[in-house]
Amino acid sequence: MRPLIELRQVCKHYRRGGQSVPVLHALDLEIQAGDFLALMGPSGSGKTTLLNLIGGLDRASSGSVIVDGQALEPLSSGQLANWRARNVGFVFQFYNLLPVLSAARNVELPLLLTGLNSAQRARHVAAALAVVGLADRARHRPTELSGGQAQRVAIARALVADPTLLVCDEPTGDLDRKTADEVLTLLQELNREHGKTIIMVTHDPKAAEFATHRLHLDKGQLVGVEHQGP
Amino acid sequence: MLAQILAITLINLRAIPARLGSSLVIVVGIGGVVGVLIALLAMAEGFKTTLASTGRADRAMVMRAGSNDELASVLNIEVWNIVRDLPGIRRDAQDRPIAIAERYILSDVRKRGAESGANVVVRGTTPDVFRVRPEARIVAGRMFERGKREVVVGRGALDQYADMQIGQRVDIRDGAWLIVGVFESGGDVHESELWVDVTALHQALRAPLYAAVTVQLADDRPATFRAFEQHIADDPRLNVSVQRVPDYYASRSVALEKFITVLGYSVAGIMAVGAVFGALNTMYAAVSTRSLEIATLRAIGFRATPVVISVLAEAVLLAFIGASLGSAMAYVIFNGYTVSTLNFQTFSQVAFAFRVTPQLLVEGVGLACLIGLLGGLFPALRAARLPVAEALRSA
Repeated sequence: MRPLIELRQVCKHYRRGGQSVPVLHALDLEIQAGDFLALMGPSGSGKTTLLNLIGGLDRASSGSVIVDGQALEPLSSGQLANWRARNVGFVFQFYNLLPVLSAARNVELPLLLTGLNSAQRARHVAAALAVVGLADRARHRPTELSGGQAQRVAIARALVADPTLLVCDEPTGDLDRKTADEVLTLLQELNREHGKTIIMVTHDPKAAEFATHRLHLDKGQLVGVEHQGP
Repeated sequence: MLAQILAITLINLRAIPARLGSSLVIVVGIGGVVGVLIALLAMAEGFKTTLASTGRADRAMVMRAGSNDELASVLNIEVWNIVRDLPGIRRDAQDRPIAIAERYILSDVRKRGAESGANVVVRGTTPDVFRVRPEARIVAGRMFERGKREVVVGRGALDQYADMQIGQRVDIRDGAWLIVGVFESGGDVHESELWVDVTALHQALRAPLYAAVTVQLADDRPATFRAFEQHIADDPRLNVSVQRVPDYYASRSVALEKFITVLGYSVAGIMAVGAVFGALNTMYAAVSTRSLEIATLRAIGFRATPVVISVLAEAVLLAFIGASLGSAMAYVIFNGYTVSTLNFQTFSQVAFAFRVTPQLLVEGVGLACLIGLLGGLFPALRAARLPVAEALRSA
C-alpha cells in the first residue's frame, strides 16, 4: 500500500545571522494512513520542523515531501494555503483560538474556505463540537473556557473540514495530567473511530503512549521507531 | 475570496476595542488633519462665495479703461451722464434708467476687540441705491439723507469693527459722520462696507469724481451684455471698460482665495504626513500583536491577500471614522463662522463666513482614506509576508 506521507531525503536548514544552521539531515520517512504517530526527541531535535514540513507550513531545503500523492515543493504559497485548508487540521500547544470569536465561530473558520453556506457550516460546527463533547459551549468565548475545553475546541476546529491529516504540536503541553489524558483519549478516538491520521509532537512519554507509533528524533536524524499494538 | 476578506476583516474590527488606545491615534490624528483642511478650505470657499455672490448677472459695472479696481478708477461726471443714457439699461416706472454712480474710498477704522486698524470701504452712493441693489435693505435705523454726513453700516462691518452702533460717529476724511442705520445685502461683499451719500462725500473730498457706474441691464442674457459693451466701445467720448458685476468680484477674490487654498493644502499636507506615520505606527503595532492570530489563520488555509486587505480595511475604516469626526467638528465649529480679512487685491477688509460645503467634506474624507491606505499598506504587507511557521513558534 502506498503510504499517506512520504519524505525522501528531506533536509532543512535555517539561516541565522548569515550562517546556515542544519535542522534535518536527509530524512526518509513513510507514514501510513490511519497511523497515530508520536514524534519525540529533545528540544532542537527538529520535531516541530518536521511537523511543519508535513503540514505544509514550511518548505524543505531539499528533498521531497509527498502527502496523499501530492508533492508539496512545487506548490506556490497560495496553492499551499489551499492545500492546507483541504488536507490538514492543526492543533497547537496554546490552542491559538481567536479571542474575539465564540467557540463555534472559531470552529467555523476553516469552513469559510469551503463553498458551504451558513446553514451547512452551522451543522458541521455543531457536529464537530459534539464529537469533542462541547456542544453546550458553542457560544462561549475562549477566555470563558478551561485549558482542556479550549484545546478540545481547537481540535474541533482542526476536524471540522474533515481533513486527511491532523497535525498536533505539543497538544497537551499546557495541560495538567488529567486534562491531558482526556485530550489524548479524544485524539485516540478520532484515530480509531474516525480513521484520522494523526501526527503529534510531544515531550511527554505518557502522551506518546496513546499513539500507535513512536518516532524518535535526535539532532535532525531519525534514531528509532517503535510500534505498539493497540 | 470575498468571504475570506470579510471574515478576517470582521475579526480585526472586533479586536479594535482591545486596542482602543492605539486605534484612537489614527482616529484623532486623521480627524485633526481633516478638520484643519476643511476649516481652511471652508475659509477660502466662504471668501469666494461672498465675493462671487455680489451682484447679479444682469448688472454691469463701468470703470475707467485700464482700471481693474474701483479704488484705481476715476470717472468724471460727464462719463456718468453719457453712460446712464446708453441703450440697454433697464428703466423704471418713471422711465428713469436704473443706474448709479458711486465713489469708493478706504478709511481707517478700528477692528472690534483689537488695537489694530483696518481699511474699511466707504462707498459714496445715493439713497436710491436699492434700485440697483434690490437685495440690500435697511434692517435697523434709517437710510442716510441726501447731502448729510450720515452713514449706514453693513451688517458685516457692524460685527467686525468697533464703534459702529447707530448714534455713534465714525471718522471719514475731515470729519465725524453719524451712523444712522444698518443694512444687509444677502451676505455679499457690500455688507463689509459703510455707505454714505456721494454728494456729501464729494464735499468732504473736495472733488466731484466717481469710481464706477453700476447699471441694471434689461436682462441677464450674454447677448444683452455684449450689446451694452458694444455701445460703450462705439462711443468715442468714452474711455471706459465694462464688466459684469459678479465677474468683477470673482476676479477680486482670486489671489486671496488661492493664498488660503494653498495655505490649507500645505498645512493639511504637513499634518497628513504626520498622520500617515501615526497610522503606520498603529497598524504595525496591530499587526505585531496579532501576528499569532494571523499565522493561525494562514495555517488553517487563509491566503495572504485577504490578510492584506483586512489590515488595509481596518486602517481605512479608522481613518474614515476620524474623518467623520473631523468634518463634523469643522462643520459645527466653523460653518457660518464670520471673520474678516484684508483682501490684498483691493486693500480693503472683507467680512465673510466659513462655508463647509459637501464637496469639501468629500475632499476631506478622500484625503483621510488616502492617509489610511498609505498608513495601512506597509503593515499589511508585513502581515502577509509573516513566516507562518516562525510566527507560530514565537507564541
